[in-house]
Amino acid sequence: MSAPRGIASRALLVLLVWLIVYPLVLVLLTALKGEGGRWTLEFVRTFAERPTEWQALWDSLWISLASVALAALIGVPLAFLFARYDFPGRRVLGAVVALPAVLPPLVGVLAFLFLFGESGFVAHLVKRVFRLDEAPWRLEGAGAILLVHAYSMYVYFYLFVRAGLASLDASVYEAAASLGAGRWRTLRTVILPLLRPSLAGAALLTFMTALASFSAPYIFGGGFRVMTTQIVATRLNGDDALAMVETISLTVLALGALWVLRRSDARDAAAGAVTTGKGVAPERSRVTSPVARGALAVVSWTLGIVLLLPHLTLLLVSFVPTGTWTTEAVPPAYSFANYATLVRDPVRARPLVNSLWMASLATAAAVGISLAAAIFAVRRRTRAGAAIEGLLALPWAVPGTVFAIALATAFSVHAPLAARFILVGTLWILPLAYLVRNLPITGRAIIAGFRRLDPSLEEAAASLGAGRWRTLGRVTLPLLRPAVMAGATLAFVTAFGDFVTSIMLYTYDTRPVSLEILSSLRNSDVGVAAAYGVVLMLVSAGVFAAGAERGTAG
Amino acid sequence: MTEPFLVLDGLTRRFGATVAVDRLSLSLARGEILALLGPSGSGKTTALRLLAGFETPDAGRVLVEGQEVTDMPPVTRRFGMVFQHYALFPHLDVGQNVAFGLESAGIDRAARGARVADALALVDLRGYERRRIGQLSGGQQQRVALARALAPEPRVLLLDEPLSTLDPALRERTRGEIRELIHRLGTTTVFVTHEQDEAFDLGDRVAVLRTGRLEQVGTPEQLYAEPATPFVGGFVGRSTTVPVDVIGAGPRGARVRLEGVEWDVPLRAGAPAPPAGPAELLIRPEALWLVAAAPDALPAVVETRRFTGATSAYRVRTEHGAALEVQGVPGAFGIGDRVGIMPSRRAGGGLHLFPRDAS
Repeated sequence: MSAPRGIASRALLVLLVWLIVYPLVLVLLTALKGEGGRWTLEFVRTFAERPTEWQALWDSLWISLASVALAALIGVPLAFLFARYDFPGRRVLGAVVALPAVLPPLVGVLAFLFLFGESGFVAHLVKRVFRLDEAPWRLEGAGAILLVHAYSMYVYFYLFVRAGLASLDASVYEAAASLGAGRWRTLRTVILPLLRPSLAGAALLTFMTALASFSAPYIFGGGFRVMTTQIVATRLNGDDALAMVETISLTVLALGALWVLRRSDARDAAAGAVTTGKGVAPERSRVTSPVARGALAVVSWTLGIVLLLPHLTLLLVSFVPTGTWTTEAVPPAYSFANYATLVRDPVRARPLVNSLWMASLATAAAVGISLAAAIFAVRRRTRAGAAIEGLLALPWAVPGTVFAIALATAFSVHAPLAARFILVGTLWILPLAYLVRNLPITGRAIIAGFRRLDPSLEEAAASLGAGRWRTLGRVTLPLLRPAVMAGATLAFVTAFGDFVTSIMLYTYDTRPVSLEILSSLRNSDVGVAAAYGVVLMLVSAGVFAAGAERGTAG
Repeated sequence: MTEPFLVLDGLTRRFGATVAVDRLSLSLARGEILALLGPSGSGKTTALRLLAGFETPDAGRVLVEGQEVTDMPPVTRRFGMVFQHYALFPHLDVGQNVAFGLESAGIDRAARGARVADALALVDLRGYERRRIGQLSGGQQQRVALARALAPEPRVLLLDEPLSTLDPALRERTRGEIRELIHRLGTTTVFVTHEQDEAFDLGDRVAVLRTGRLEQVGTPEQLYAEPATPFVGGFVGRSTTVPVDVIGAGPRGARVRLEGVEWDVPLRAGAPAPPAGPAELLIRPEALWLVAAAPDALPAVVETRRFTGATSAYRVRTEHGAALEVQGVPGAFGIGDRVGIMPSRRAGGGLHLFPRDAS
């Protein structure tokens, strides 16, 4: 009975090593081997001698750190505002505040282009008001990247800190107050230290996302290079070995950051254990002074509109027929023509179909693998299970560009004896890439869900005569549904809107929506690009909503 | 006891270096209720899990009606189990929970409905089929768990701390209901508890476990009146243990000296006379009586007193520093009073002599 189990978990381990570790190892080998297969440090030396490489690495680092700072600056006060105060419209705005999350990275970039770009709405408005011939800014370089990052990543801080505040017991505030601590002293000496785990988690997530960010630097970077865009440029130049060294440098940076932040995380674990008891969240203080209420309402509604502007812009532009909007501040004509094109023109509809099936397949496979991994890691506690859990998390720490390069390297050669097959250029490379990128998302959700599951439920089923499969189908899976839905929706949305891996691995037949958005933009089909963006946004929002509903029902 | 229905024969389970269950042997008659009583870490839950088949023993056997089931997985063992936190399936309603085991047994839909209704009627939850688990009170959940375990007519019923999550008032009533139900059905039952009251009230016999070993098994009366070890005496009922010297045989048992006074300790029928020398004396509160200071009484000072009804329990300290719990007339003495301790007039029980190293 235990022999086949051992074989199953080892087979899964081998599959994951082949999918995740092996391509990264091949990257390392490519970087260290010259012609004829001899070992060489030639490419590493080239990398080290070029100031542009160091510049790109440094830019990646400081952009990521600045993104963390900006996101915290916006997200943390917002979290306090919504968690601690009650004011008109709090509920609606609380939902709006999380909306940047439904914009896939490239779509967010697109919206910012239409909104704040040199020929965007805001630029038109400013030119009109100040009677200028040209917009006084260009949406380019580090500033533009940071703007997009701050907008899309403050959500992490907002959500993490709100969850952290919700888990704080009201008695914490009361105890501090009864000991004579004023509001600021309580915040500084009690609340913020207790929130450290939440803040560290959000900072880690923001840093890794910013470091891996590709869409914003790619579209807005101009001459400003971060390492992700540098890698793609080097590869386009055909300088493969150097691209591998760059890939390694970015991986090392990511893993280093992970290590540093995890260490502080472990230090906080003890403090976290104290605070995560069943908290009775403190009552929200009602803002009663009419002046304060009015001010708060104005500020928060303004904020809400600012946050919604990118979505609204995208929607507006999607109704603008091609070629009708040139120099006017507001587009003169509107129609459903762009959407009609998406549906009627087979060439235009193809990317939607592609993204849909590839993301669905990758998500389904990721859920299946994660479920098996959870069973091996949590229930059977095999040594292979522990290794599998670690492997599942790895693609999260490694930027998407790196994995794209690694998969492109591993699967562009036909060498069955080395377990390498030609997948690049076929239908299968993108679903495979999405799968690898989805594994940490579904894996984390499902393994965590499995850990929360009371093992006596499965024992109860067994003692009632239910075999392994019946227990899985009737008890385990239904109870895991919230975790599966949470992981699957996030994975699907990520894969559906993916740009960073797609741009390196797509073929004409498998071109996904993001690539079609890019080419529409290059052809000045802004309306069509926006229509694709709206579809991505709506599908993401719809999938999130459906996942939340299906996940909690029953 | 004729042919035993359920036999545990030398069951042993190790976790690394610790032996959770150590050569545990017990046998139950058909329809008997056995309590496994012990403090936490005594191995009682592991013993129950070995019986259920969730753990595999490193040595030993489990037999039901002479048939060995040691290596049979829980799925085919047909032992019903009620879990400490019930482990009801939260996504199924009450009826589906109770029907779960019947489906496994391949009972067709029509017959299932009637069986579910019967099982719910047993636990006084007639008509609760469509309720959701979350809508039930703790006591109702406990009864659904019982109905679910009983519905497939298990050969043996296992209960893991069945009442520990109920509030105390409900616990006592539920105890009576469960005992009455199990006796009516005649299901052979093993349950685990760390509460003596529960073990005494629900169990026909009680097995006391300590660090994986069986200390003693017997009826509640036997355990109380004739503890086999100081541990059983201390764990079952109230008692204090003091060091004494055995100085010979008296007219009614062994004669012992305790801080200068000499008492007779009755011996169990047929027990050998203890050797002279140091020993441990286990004393039940009712075995002693408090008097005003008297010449042949052991002098002591009252430290605390606790009113328990017909008598009060006094905690007293002797001049040599031994603390004893002793019964006395309520209100007869105050804290700080000098008193004397005498063996109770209706003695004959409540004093138990053990060798010094037996603890």
